[in-house]
Amino acid sequence: MFRGIRFVPTDTKIDFIGKRVIAMALSGLLILVSLGSLAVQGLNFGIDFAGGILVEVRTEQQADLAGMRGTLNNLGLGEVSITRLGDSGRDVMIRVPKQPGEEEAQMAALNAVKDALGEGVEYRRTELVGPKVGDELMTDGAMAVGIALLVIAAYIWFRFEWQFAMGALVALMHDIIATIGIFSILQLDFDLTTVAALLTIAGYSINDTVVNYDRVRENLRKYKLLPLPDLINKSLNQVLSRTILTSGTTLLAVLAILIFGGPVLRGFAFALTWGIVIGTWSSIYVGMPILLYTGVRRDTEEEDIPGVNAEQAQPGGEQPESKG
Amino acid sequence: MLYFAKWKIGLILSVILAGLVFAFPNVLPSSATDDLPEWLTPVNLGLDLQGGSHLLLEVETDAVIEEQLTNLVETVRARFREARIRYRDLGVEGGSVTVRVPEAEDRDEGESILRDLEPEATTVDREEGRFIVSYTEEALTERRINAVTQSIEIVRRRVDETGTREASIQRQGEERIIVELPGIDDPERVKELIGRTAKLTFHMVDHDADIQEAMRGRVPPGSMLLDAQDETTTQGQPIPYVVQRRVNVSGDRLTDAQPSFQNGQPVVSFRFDAAGARQFGNVTTDNVGRQLAIVLDNKVISAPRINEPIIGGSGVITGQFSVQEAQDLALLLRAGALPAPLTVLEERTVGPGLGADSIEAGALASLLGLVLVVVFMVIAYGLFGVFANIALLANLTILLGALSGLGATLTLPGIAGIVLTVGMAVDANVLIYERIREEIRNGRTVQNAIETGYRSAMVTILDSNVTTLVAAVLLFAFGSGPVKGFAVTLGIGIVTSMFTAIMVNRLMVVTYIRRTRPKTLPI
Repeated sequence: MFRGIRFVPTDTKIDFIGKRVIAMALSGLLILVSLGSLAVQGLNFGIDFAGGILVEVRTEQQADLAGMRGTLNNLGLGEVSITRLGDSGRDVMIRVPKQPGEEEAQMAALNAVKDALGEGVEYRRTELVGPKVGDELMTDGAMAVGIALLVIAAYIWFRFEWQFAMGALVALMHDIIATIGIFSILQLDFDLTTVAALLTIAGYSINDTVVNYDRVRENLRKYKLLPLPDLINKSLNQVLSRTILTSGTTLLAVLAILIFGGPVLRGFAFALTWGIVIGTWSSIYVGMPILLYTGVRRDTEEEDIPGVNAEQAQPGGEQPESKG
Repeated sequence: MLYFAKWKIGLILSVILAGLVFAFPNVLPSSATDDLPEWLTPVNLGLDLQGGSHLLLEVETDAVIEEQLTNLVETVRARFREARIRYRDLGVEGGSVTVRVPEAEDRDEGESILRDLEPEATTVDREEGRFIVSYTEEALTERRINAVTQSIEIVRRRVDETGTREASIQRQGEERIIVELPGIDDPERVKELIGRTAKLTFHMVDHDADIQEAMRGRVPPGSMLLDAQDETTTQGQPIPYVVQRRVNVSGDRLTDAQPSFQNGQPVVSFRFDAAGARQFGNVTTDNVGRQLAIVLDNKVISAPRINEPIIGGSGVITGQFSVQEAQDLALLLRAGALPAPLTVLEERTVGPGLGADSIEAGALASLLGLVLVVVFMVIAYGLFGVFANIALLANLTILLGALSGLGATLTLPGIAGIVLTVGMAVDANVLIYERIREEIRNGRTVQNAIETGYRSAMVTILDSNVTTLVAAVLLFAFGSGPVKGFAVTLGIGIVTSMFTAIMVNRLMVVTYIRRTRPKTLPI
């Protein structure tokens, strides 16, 4: 029978906690740059939030971008952006900013664009978002992210201790800000699917954080005298193989979407790729130091989880220090 | 832990079997699925995959209330005239109808007339010689709700008349309507049809009024100034008409309308119901020689002179129509008028070409993601990786079966959700396997290690999946359209992956251990 390959050596003794100052400085820098970029250049909102019109057309021959630009910018609809899509040279994406006035003004602008493009183009995608809906989608999106953070933190609090909940919450906010930040820095289109990606990242990152916390909780019961920094290091090394394997498989899947999933999903897949890396990082370097600084209580026996065998709380064979 | 009760094995196998059965129609060619029973259908494709148009409409219910108030003003005017009560300053003010009765002796009678108008729905306030008639909150809410319900019905009839198949028309929130039109890549015609109120009314032309005076803003009370729809003056301005506000007959009395021809010109012929026919007969009998204005959405289509009474209840609308316009007008009149104008808040249309491309890209990404993960798992865990991969395939089958069986809609982000599930689903197995490896290193026996591995990993799996599930549920609650589709696949995927990772996978591992009783684990 064939055995698997160990991607990670079995007895790693990486001193994660020892490097926490550098790591936290890096995280802090990332957050600062993100917030700075948000303050200075803000987000490049897609039409879901900004409102306006997006039309994707395919022309019969090579698209005459300059000609289109001339025609469409003469319609008086503000700055119409025209970009080539894909390699065929026939696909063009046209974006018209939100028109002053109400929903009727948007519809009139769409009709004007269609008239100007005339016959002979295939409309592959038409999206029109009026100002009213744009505002609502923005509120809903922000609300979904906010509530998700709170509910997840509440669940962690319920299952662990408040220190864990706080660590998870800060780690999640770190991931969300860093992801929104990269969208601001690179000025990528920030739309509804980006919000979906944010929530997925929150879900993924918390998944990772919980696995690490779970091991810390278990070790807290097992090794009662081990200093907290050593205990955290031990826990992280124990789950390191799992962390790398799971991040690896998920990254493989997401990279497949990023490279082959087509242009519609590209922004979404990019956010997820970034989020998986950031989420894995924050589970180690944001979630854990917070446990250290808030001081986790060690006497948690009365909150034993049913299903965890009492046997585990007893000393294991090779760990004499756990007898204390 | 190493023992599986018979019923449990049965349950696991039947869930997989159910997944297979429900997922089965998805691999059949579309021609073969028509013969299957109704509960056995392939998964619904979202509009972003099959192509189609999504419209979000809002009913302007404020217009309904305004119209209601205008009607109330006309009723008050008529009743007061009948009772010979002198009044002043009759009009709408701040959402209420106000009127002043100067003569003190008329006031009590005036009040009782006002109270009798709509006693259930209105309240009357009396301040000195001034009356304020307002609708109650309940009455207003009821009228708004009715307006939306009616609008949905009429939109449905109009969309049906265009021959669009499988259109879905649903209420969203209080005042909104979602129209989904699969297979429509240019919703122009539908938008045009649902964008018109199509309120048809017949009014007498006010022959006593002076058009010039009216255009300077001095319209006689009880009349209004309307533009012609098509007729223009020599300067290209629409011809103005002064018509009486009173509606003699309204379009909701129509039972049929058809496009036809008269003297080679496209016209719309119509027929009234019994009450409408009587009203129309009376009006045309009393007003021979005068002009009857046919008004559609506050524009005068035409104002023919009544040559003789029209008793039969049917007639024709003449105007400067093209054939298409006559057809559309007939369609709109048959479907009925919208109680209030509709505004398009959002439109998302995907052509069939892009939809097909998206399916292709999604399928490629899924397949590639799956292959990568499968290979990776075998490299990492050998035989146990194969077990995990079989569980993963079972997971995908049950997920697809669940999506099909529940009638969920698969969108492009939904496919991304499936790919993500593939990546994350193996996490549970990774957790368990890593734990087993650890327990073996700690010197446990094979059986003991497996037992402990599953048991300790279980808590972690549960905690980590519940939190991800929270994110999925919130996405579903707050997301719209394609994002909702993502939430559905992610949410169902989490549940099915927990089942397959914990139950299906363990069943395989346990069976393997019992059969071969290995001294060391190939992990």
